[in-house]
Amino acid sequence: MEEKNEKLHMLEAQIAELSGQVKLLTGQGTEDKISMIVFSGDLDKLLAAFIIGTGAVAMGLDVVMFFTFWATPALRDPNKSAGGKDMMGKMFGAMLPKGSDAVKLSKMNMGGMGTAMMKSLMKKKNVASLPEFIEMAGELDVKIFVCEMSMDLMGFSREEMIDYPGMTYCGVAKFLEEAKGSRIQLFL
Amino acid sequence: MEDIKVDKVLDLKGLPCPMPVVKVSKGIKEVEVGQILEAHTSDPGALADFPAWARTSGNEIVKTETEGKITRFYIRRNK
Repeated sequence: MEEKNEKLHMLEAQIAELSGQVKLLTGQGTEDKISMIVFSGDLDKLLAAFIIGTGAVAMGLDVVMFFTFWATPALRDPNKSAGGKDMMGKMFGAMLPKGSDAVKLSKMNMGGMGTAMMKSLMKKKNVASLPEFIEMAGELDVKIFVCEMSMDLMGFSREEMIDYPGMTYCGVAKFLEEAKGSRIQLFL
Repeated sequence: MEDIKVDKVLDLKGLPCPMPVVKVSKGIKEVEVGQILEAHTSDPGALADFPAWARTSGNEIVKTETEGKITRFYIRRNK
């Protein structure tokens, strides 16, 4: 009788171990989600990020975009301003692009001429502009997280950022929590 | 197979990536499960993108017709 009990325990332990492995193999613990670190403040790379983001919603994925460093100014609202900035904050504010319509191409900018040409070409070919993509992402429930430290470093305050549904300010841990449960992670 | 009863038509002509799949994923929700959505696109990328979208979203492309630059997809909503 005791021997039987022992065997039963062994079997139970084996089953527990196997079901753990099955869980791993079937990818449970990750969701149909894509997490992107949007680091670059270039028009071309931001466009790529939003094309992937909006396309991913169509593919049935939840989408999380974590804006940090040079990408942060793209979320500024050109019609808003914030007072009470120190000298460095004012300098960053003046030197960095004010909003998604002000960002430039990473190549062939040619003092703004290349970017203007690309924008008119995009219009001609019916490609949505970056501000349009951001609006569309909001309608599609793409979640945007903004790096609090980048905001602080560049002297941006929340009141000068765009009105985006559910925009959240956070740190690296929030991004990693999202990324850990995502099937796809990208750095742009 | 000759006569497909179409329940909704979506005109996506002139729209480039990613709009065709974004719009078709919205459009499919406007027909009932089992019904057919017909989508017209001029985006050459859609020939690869629509089947990929259908496989991922669990819907079915029952017929594809290409005429010049325009492709018509007949998509059955399965989910």
